[in-house]
Amino acid sequence: MKKTRSFFMVPYLVWIALFVIAPLILILYQSLTNNQGQFTLQNYVTYGTSWTYLKMTINSFWYALLITAVTLLISYPTAYFLSKTKRQQLWLLLIILPTWINLLLKAYAFIGLLSRSGTVNQFLTFIGVGPKQLLFTDFSFLLVASYIEIPFMILPIYNAIVQLDPALINASRDLGATNLQTFTKVVFPLTISGVKAGIQAVFIPSLSLFMITRLIGGNRVITLGTAIEEHFLTTMNWGMGSTIGVVLIVMMFIMMALTNDRKKKRQEVLPNEKSEG
Amino acid sequence: MKKVKVSSIYLILVFVLLYAPIFYLIFFSFNQGGDMNQFTGFTWEHYATLFADQRMIQIVLNTLLLALLSSLVATLVGTFGALGIAARKQKRLRSTFLTLNNVLMVSPDVIIGASFLILFTSLGISLGFGSVLISHIAFSIPIVVLLVLPKVNELDPALLNAAQDLGATRWQTFSRVIVPFITPGIFSGFFMAFTYSLDDFAVTFFVTGNGFATLAVEIYSRARQGISLEINALSAVMFVFALVLVVGYYFIDQYSRTRRQKRKNHQKAGVMIP
Repeated sequence: MKKTRSFFMVPYLVWIALFVIAPLILILYQSLTNNQGQFTLQNYVTYGTSWTYLKMTINSFWYALLITAVTLLISYPTAYFLSKTKRQQLWLLLIILPTWINLLLKAYAFIGLLSRSGTVNQFLTFIGVGPKQLLFTDFSFLLVASYIEIPFMILPIYNAIVQLDPALINASRDLGATNLQTFTKVVFPLTISGVKAGIQAVFIPSLSLFMITRLIGGNRVITLGTAIEEHFLTTMNWGMGSTIGVVLIVMMFIMMALTNDRKKKRQEVLPNEKSEG
Repeated sequence: MKKVKVSSIYLILVFVLLYAPIFYLIFFSFNQGGDMNQFTGFTWEHYATLFADQRMIQIVLNTLLLALLSSLVATLVGTFGALGIAARKQKRLRSTFLTLNNVLMVSPDVIIGASFLILFTSLGISLGFGSVLISHIAFSIPIVVLLVLPKVNELDPALLNAAQDLGATRWQTFSRVIVPFITPGIFSGFFMAFTYSLDDFAVTFFVTGNGFATLAVEIYSRARQGISLEINALSAVMFVFALVLVVGYYFIDQYSRTRRQKRKNHQKAGVMIP
């Protein structure tokens, strides 16, 4: 039994070696070489001493933070109210459906909505504000990126809220807590794992949404993703592109370390939790 | 009572926000005027253009073929991967596998795209349909594993022992006991792999080279040139397609759920599982 299983597992092991481990090593290796293929730390020195790169990194981080905050503010109440509705499965489907529409089509919709003579500007003219430059601004990037990420924030939070034992809320009410107290002391702390999962699902992709910066941000917003894409596909400076990639990977690990730890502890406390879902 | 109202208004508002851009696109796909600003009259013209566009049809077919092939292979590799991981006895080894499995799940698309591009160049694989197919298989495998693994873990070892005691060969145990049991997981894995492939833009963009384009890549290059209502018509078609897929997924999910429920009821009643 065991031997046949091991045999069938070979493609999976090959996949791990070739597409998980090798790419990570290759991108690290590439970041340590120059265009002639010689070993050098030059890329990291350039990155660390160039104000352009540092500013871009801080900018990217800041926008990802803003996008995460905006989506969280909108998504938490949505998930909470969603968990109180009848026909939850249907509502959930309606949340999931937009994620199955290609992201580029959604971005394209906003090109039409926000353009100079587009619908939003027509409305602004109608109420007397007059047309504004909306497309190719920082605001438009923030708007579209948040729009795209919202479902990915709602789903994990919703899952956490649904798992919450209603008896806890009743107990808190019986013990005289106000609604606000129940929320801040019971509901929110117990659903923080969902919030963390949501942050994980939104923050990292927000660092790398290069197509949105191109189509909507009009190159005014440069994220880490945009920089990588440019170095790899336009200027062909793979070494520098890989260096930024390594920075992005490091950021990813930091983010995961920050959002992972508690969840594991919780799973140990509630080992049966998973089998329920 | 009042509170319920606030929450419904909030929910409705969020749903309007989520769907407004999509319906906006679909609405203007019927516009006689050539832009998304003024609706001047109803027409099917843009759909006619879309279905007469040979290049676009070819790209749609390519994209579907790619999604189908990549998800089939990914499902196969991922399912055996999940079976293999579950068979490991040491807990540490299993969690190492899972960590490695999840690397591609959490990596940003640009990193996957860039590192695969380096990989293909260093292996001397030319960019095109082949490289895109391999990439799609590669980034779909982990989700299949994640969806199949819980089903494999639910598998009762007593069932396997029973099958062997009753004289089943290894192949029979596999095909008659294991596979039917984990089928719901395999199906959801296949479905997710399929949508991952359809949805991907960034990875494909990196590894596609010049000759081959998927729908997402094509939309990107057209959207950069400005508004064309043919894309609106296309998004309406894709919305309907996504709707069909979501409903399909929903029913698969419901099906596996009712089966699980039935099994539970059977167990409660002390009936042997058929």
